[in-house]
Amino acid sequence: MDPLRQSPSPSSSRASSPRTFSCERLGYVGIEAVLDQLKIKAMKMGFEFNIMVVGQSGLGKSTMVNTLFKSKIWKSTMPGLRVPMPQTLQLHSVTHVIEENGVKLKLTVTDTPGFGDQINNDKCWDPILGYINEQYERYLQEEILITRQRHIPDTRVHCCVYFVPPTGHCLRPLDLEFLQRLCRAVNVVPVIARADSLTIEEREAFRHRIQDDLKTHSIEVYPQKSFDEDINDKILNSKIRERIPFAVVGADREHMVNGRCVLGRKTKWGIIEVENMAHCEFPLLRDLLIRSHLQDLKDITHNVHYENYRIIRLKESHALPRGPGWVNLAPTPPGPGKVCRWAEDDSDEDF
Amino acid sequence: MSKQQPAQFINPETPGYVGFANLPNQVHRKSVKKGFEFTLMVVGESGLGKSTLINSLFLTDLYPERVIPGAAEKIERTVQIEASTVEIEERGVKLRLTVVDTPGYGDAINCRDCFKTIICYIDEQFERYLHDESGLNRRHIVDNRVHCCFYFISPFGHGLKPLDVAFMKAIHNKVNIVPVIAKADTLTLKERERLKKRILDEIEEHSIKIYHLPDAESDEDEDFKEQTRLLKASIPFSVVGSNQLIEAKGKKVRGRLYPWGVVEVENPEHNDFLKLRTMLITHMQDLQEVTQDLHYENFRSERLKRGGRKVENEDMNKDQILLEKEAELRRMQEMIARMQAQMQLQLQGGDGDGGVHGHHV
Repeated sequence: MDPLRQSPSPSSSRASSPRTFSCERLGYVGIEAVLDQLKIKAMKMGFEFNIMVVGQSGLGKSTMVNTLFKSKIWKSTMPGLRVPMPQTLQLHSVTHVIEENGVKLKLTVTDTPGFGDQINNDKCWDPILGYINEQYERYLQEEILITRQRHIPDTRVHCCVYFVPPTGHCLRPLDLEFLQRLCRAVNVVPVIARADSLTIEEREAFRHRIQDDLKTHSIEVYPQKSFDEDINDKILNSKIRERIPFAVVGADREHMVNGRCVLGRKTKWGIIEVENMAHCEFPLLRDLLIRSHLQDLKDITHNVHYENYRIIRLKESHALPRGPGWVNLAPTPPGPGKVCRWAEDDSDEDF
Repeated sequence: MSKQQPAQFINPETPGYVGFANLPNQVHRKSVKKGFEFTLMVVGESGLGKSTLINSLFLTDLYPERVIPGAAEKIERTVQIEASTVEIEERGVKLRLTVVDTPGYGDAINCRDCFKTIICYIDEQFERYLHDESGLNRRHIVDNRVHCCFYFISPFGHGLKPLDVAFMKAIHNKVNIVPVIAKADTLTLKERERLKKRILDEIEEHSIKIYHLPDAESDEDEDFKEQTRLLKASIPFSVVGSNQLIEAKGKKVRGRLYPWGVVEVENPEHNDFLKLRTMLITHMQDLQEVTQDLHYENFRSERLKRGGRKVENEDMNKDQILLEKEAELRRMQEMIARMQAQMQLQLQGGDGDGGVHGHHV
């Protein structure tokens, strides 16, 4: 998958290319060298990718991030270790620069400890929505400046990976509420976490039930059907859509299997290999997020989700840009259109 | 005490041998004839394998027509209590087992009220027993009190969740709690040990009273003592349930088939299922006794202290009472408003009939 199949300029629209007449060439011109120029430029600038992981504690989020990028981004929290349960939902981000074959990737991972862990989880998605909108706001403010930077730092969340606990039954009310709200604001990729507790049949049944639930509630997860550009995209994305949500297992320890060193989990009855397609679907997730659709995630975030946010904000402030000397939008407090509060903590109730 | 003893008990060398050593046999025979009753409650979030484990423990299918509700139905559901009774017979011994299931527990987004239903049920059973015991005909009292509660802890967390702590604190004075780590095949051995230790620490930290196995008597044999010691060291039990027969190493075992191996349910190296089953069976009598002597007596003394007044809901806290009072006030205000409106109509419509005298409720 050519990561440069679309022009990397931030304002590229999704309109199909205009009809042009091809003219007869009399010789080799050298137009294709522009690809190399783009590549060199991109390598110099480096790439940015912001990913958010959401899910209840213990579902393997930190381990999954480490496994995805094959680096110790987070110190993965081990089960049973004394970890104070955060009383309210907090978000914290960590930024790393990873380099591979001369390509630099500035990766920001945002974790959400405390999500769904309280007794009353009402509105626990508000801080997350608030954070996402805050990043959009930050970008918007930079964009509408009269003298703006050459390269606006992009802190917008490009992808949100949602960890569904492997109950084997169906999506829980909390999952549904969250997915419904967030799919409208950001690209969401749901995954079945800790899938080593489900057999293959249970996995398939669970996956089908989740797909049915998503369809019933009109939740469009990434890759969204409505954003498929052409027939090739449709075919590729349909294959992916059939397997969403991926059943993944994360591991950051290596073990010896048949003479090879693999990432996996060692149990008394066997070793679960993370990169073995017969064991779990982690390779599919990794390919989707990094190898094939990384640029697409960024593009959709920029062209669709960010634009939606921008339209809402501009409508709110009753101003449409008309030329130099635009109305400078006063930054609003972050939130899904309203003041955002941290998730309320009801721990003062005694039982 | 009969002096007519079967041959093996007569020991002419010991004078003064009365023969009541035969009593346990008589008790045994009577109990076997009467049969045993046991009520087990299972509580835990959906999808932790509760039904599978119960079926595996008792080698039956307690839920033949089970339909797992879809996501949309789950949103509307509150916690329900479903009791299913099954009579199991083994070598002439009858066991009337009631399994009380609590679907809907922990499903809602706001789980504050999810254990009220469960506590009400437990109290109701105690109430019924108290009523029967104080009644005239006490011959056939049916004991539906909950003797034991298996509380399923999710293996995916880092210990107990706030909901787990809150629930256990609410019922540890009413029922014997046996914490169980569900779906243990998702944890490696090290992770399991760590999780068990963490759970035990948290239980102690929050002063939760779980069921403690009684120490073996000093006159029991070494094997039994060793077994009890092992059982005590393994709490909370980490279990895997399954009723599917899988072919493994040439023989058919109950287990779960994964691409990377087979988890055997009855293999003590794989999980603590056998320990849980042993505990349940060897301590069934003790569980009933503790329910009778401790929990039921607590309930009874509380009840009798309060007198004949039946308490609606002990967990009503001040907020709720305030809300209810406010609702009542509003209702009264609405009624007054309606009365006034009626009076207005009467005055306008009627010919000086005089207003309707509203009656205050």
